[in-house]
This record gives sequence, structure tokens and C-alpha cells, in this order.
Amino acid sequence: MKSPLIETVDLGLEFHGHRVLHDVDFAIYPGEIVTIVGPNGSGKSSFLKCLIGAERPSQGDIRRAEGLTIGYVPQKLHLDAAFPMTVARFLRLASYKTSASDIAQAVGMTAISGVLDSQMSTLSGGQLQRVLLAHALIGAPDLLILDEAAQGLDQPAVAGFYHLIEDVRKQMGCAVLMVSHDLHVVMSASDRVICLNAHICCQGTPTIVSNAPEYRQLFGAGTEGTLALYRHEHDHRHDPDHAGESHAG
Amino acid sequence: MPVDFLLRVSLAAVGVALIAGPLGSFVLWRRMVYFGDTISHASLLGVALALALNLPVMLGVLLVAFAVAAVIVTASGRFYHVDTLLGVAAHSALALGLVAVSFLDGVKVDLLSYLIGDILAVTWRDVALIGSGVVLSLGLVIWRWRALLISSLDRDMALAHGENPAREGLLFTLALAVLVAVAIKVVGALLITALLIIPAAAARLWADTPERMATLAALIGVVAALSGLAGSFRFDSPTGPSIVVAALVCLLLAGAARMVGGWRG
Repeated sequence: MKSPLIETVDLGLEFHGHRVLHDVDFAIYPGEIVTIVGPNGSGKSSFLKCLIGAERPSQGDIRRAEGLTIGYVPQKLHLDAAFPMTVARFLRLASYKTSASDIAQAVGMTAISGVLDSQMSTLSGGQLQRVLLAHALIGAPDLLILDEAAQGLDQPAVAGFYHLIEDVRKQMGCAVLMVSHDLHVVMSASDRVICLNAHICCQGTPTIVSNAPEYRQLFGAGTEGTLALYRHEHDHRHDPDHAGESHAG
Repeated sequence: MPVDFLLRVSLAAVGVALIAGPLGSFVLWRRMVYFGDTISHASLLGVALALALNLPVMLGVLLVAFAVAAVIVTASGRFYHVDTLLGVAAHSALALGLVAVSFLDGVKVDLLSYLIGDILAVTWRDVALIGSGVVLSLGLVIWRWRALLISSLDRDMALAHGENPAREGLLFTLALAVLVAVAIKVVGALLITALLIIPAAAARLWADTPERMATLAALIGVVAALSGLAGSFRFDSPTGPSIVVAALVCLLLAGAARMVGGWRG
């Protein structure tokens, strides 16, 4: 098997004596799509922060493949109104050695050529999401990390965005790690789904049910099979002392 | 008026304005207005220490401004919000400075000249120091430009790009401390923040990229500095405040022109 792009061993994180993460053993391999689901406050954003180096784990190890490049799509961009920034300028900020063709490729793939001259602060939620994705794709990263990228989008928009991510993986061959607070509906192209709630509760593959009538009922026909269900199968029980960790799903 | 004198004060004012524009843009983007205020108030303590220890005033101001900034940056977030620390530091450093200056005997210190500046007393040596401040401070910002921009935009994104936002923030603070040190004689401790913010705020109205805003802010600052100087000679008004008033007029004109021209992006 290929060696992982990034791997955590026995990872733990504490904030002011509160255990946010513990015993997380995780690895993602080249070209894989992994979705991490978990309820709010389950530590999934903190886990991503550890991976990109924004948070230093209090325990365990993070191993990165040599020369690993990460494209990061934040949940939101808190751009102050005093910050003038066109989309084109924002994209050029992605790297010191950004070439025009790198940018053109990312712009083409995310279909944002119409907003290049717009100010970042005037974009709609869906447009901003695509621009952030384009920014992350410049320089062809080995691993694309998306933090709740689909939050705030309606279901057809989510389906469209997932479709785009699938395309990106197909064309650029990067691994994709995405985090979602939706416990049951995940991107159907996910190779693996990991349920995180301070530790890894369970993991598995999404159930592809796009042909079942129930699926049509749930998602309609407009999602083109990009959404799938994830069935949580826990192999352990939480004792009452850890009620806070009990599974919300 | 002698040409030598005119050249001296003009160069001093233009030099300070050139740094203040780009740094002020970052102050707006990073929401550090109160921070700028705090380290410029703290500069008075630097003046007192420099006079007591017989050091050059600019050096004293530079050291104290940077020390206060570094303490605030490292201490914030543990027990207090940064806002609280700034409030404490701004006014206690100002008070400490005022008390310390009053203890200095032997030297008669004209306090007002440090509070609102005394550009007319600027010497060629001061002009040279301001010039090195421009090179140092602007050089730092231009050298770190992309890293600083992306760190000001989003901390996590900067980290994912392999940048170090904490280090960039500290370097920016250093550039600010240099500005405060060279500006204290020109506009004075109380008005340095105005020179930082007002030209940048005026530039924001007409800029669509960070680079244009920073350049425009420097230009507006230069116009304000020169017209403020001219105004102060014409009406015999204090120079530092006159420069700030000129900057305000620029902001109002930029705003009015923007309203007439219609609001874009």
C-alpha cells in the first residue's frame, strides 16, 4: 500500500484541561476522499487545525509525507469591510510562484471567471465557496482540506459542490479530506467516512442508495447521486461518565 | 522663510506620511486601531526614559513602543481580552510618562511638543533618522508583503500556506514602533494614530486591491502633510494638528467624490 500523505498517531488535544480529542489514529492516502462527520463541538474543526499546523497537539504525533502540499478551504473568510480585495488579486495571493496557467486552470475548474473583478466582500455564499476552492487548488496540492465547505448552501448547491469536488479529484488526483456536521448525509464519492466525537467512534463506507425510492424521496432527482447515507455502526458503548461524548446520531 | 528650513520640515512630514499610509492600511485590515493608539501613547514614557538616561529620544520611543506592543501581543487572551490590556496600557503608559517627565530636573521639557509634535524644531539629523525609519519600516512591509497580507486575511489559511502569522504580526508591530518613533516629533504622541488611519480610510474608498489602497494612502498622506504644513504657516496654527485636519479634509473630499461618483464594490 502507498504511504499516507498525513497520519496521526494517538493524537490528543486539550484546551484548559478539557479533552477535545484523544486517541485519534488517522491516515489519508493519495487520491482518497475521506469525510469526517461529527456533531457540533465534537472536535472535528480542532482536528483539522492540528493537521494544517494551526493547533499543536498536546499528545501523540502527526506525520506528514515529505514535501506535502495542502490546499485549505476555510469554513468562512472573515474579510473586514476595510480590506479591498478582488477575486483575481485573492487568487494571485495563493503562492509566491503562482503562474497565470495555474490560476486559469483553477478558475476554469471552479467556473468563477465571471466574478474575477468582483470584490470578495460582495460574493454570495456559493460563489465565495468556489473562489476559496479555486484559491486552494492553485499549485496543485497533494491534499485538499475542506472545513464545513457546504455549510449554508441549500441541498442542490451542496450537491453541485460535491460534484465539483469529485471532478477536482478526478482531474487533479489530489486526496480530499472534508469535514461535515451532517451525520447522515455525506458525499457519495467518499471512500471512507469517519465519525469523530473526541475520538474516532466508527468508520466505514457510505451506503449508496441513489436508486432506492427512499433516496429519491429524501433528496429528489436534482442531486445526481452526489449524496449518500452513512450508517453509524458502533462497536463500543459509552459509559455514563462520558455522557458528553455519547453519540448524537 | 529660508529654503533650508522649508526643505527640512517638508522632508520630515513627507517621510512620516509615506510610512503611515501603508502601515495604516494594515492597521485597518487587522483592526488594530486601538493598538496603534496604545503604542503611540506609550511613546511618552519612552521620551521620559530617553531624557532621564540621556539617550536619543527616538531610540527611547522605539524601545518602549516595541516593548509595550510585545507585552500586549504575548499577554492577550489568557486572562483578559486584548481590548482590556490595550486600555490599561494606553492610559497607564501615558500617565507614567507624564509623571516621569515631571521628575526630570535640570532639563526643562516642553511636554506639549511631544504630545502634539513640534516639526518646526526638526533638525537635519532628525530628517536623516526619519529617512532611515522610512527605509526600515517600508522595507520591512514590502519584504514581508504577501506573508503579511495573507496573515491579515485569515490566520488558518496563512498557516496552511506554511506562513507564520505570529511572526508576521510581530514584524508588523516592529514596523509600527519605528513609525511611532519617527513621528513623535512631527505630529506628536496624541495624533500619530490619526495620521495612520485617516489617509488609509480615505484611500479605501477608491481602492479595489490592497496594493492600490496602500499606495493611495501614502499619496494622500503626503498631500495632507504638505497642505497641513502650508496651512500652519499661513494661519500660524500648530503644525501636527494642522496636518491631521488636512488629512480629514482629504477623507471628506474622497467620501464626497465617492458619493457623487456612485458607490462601487
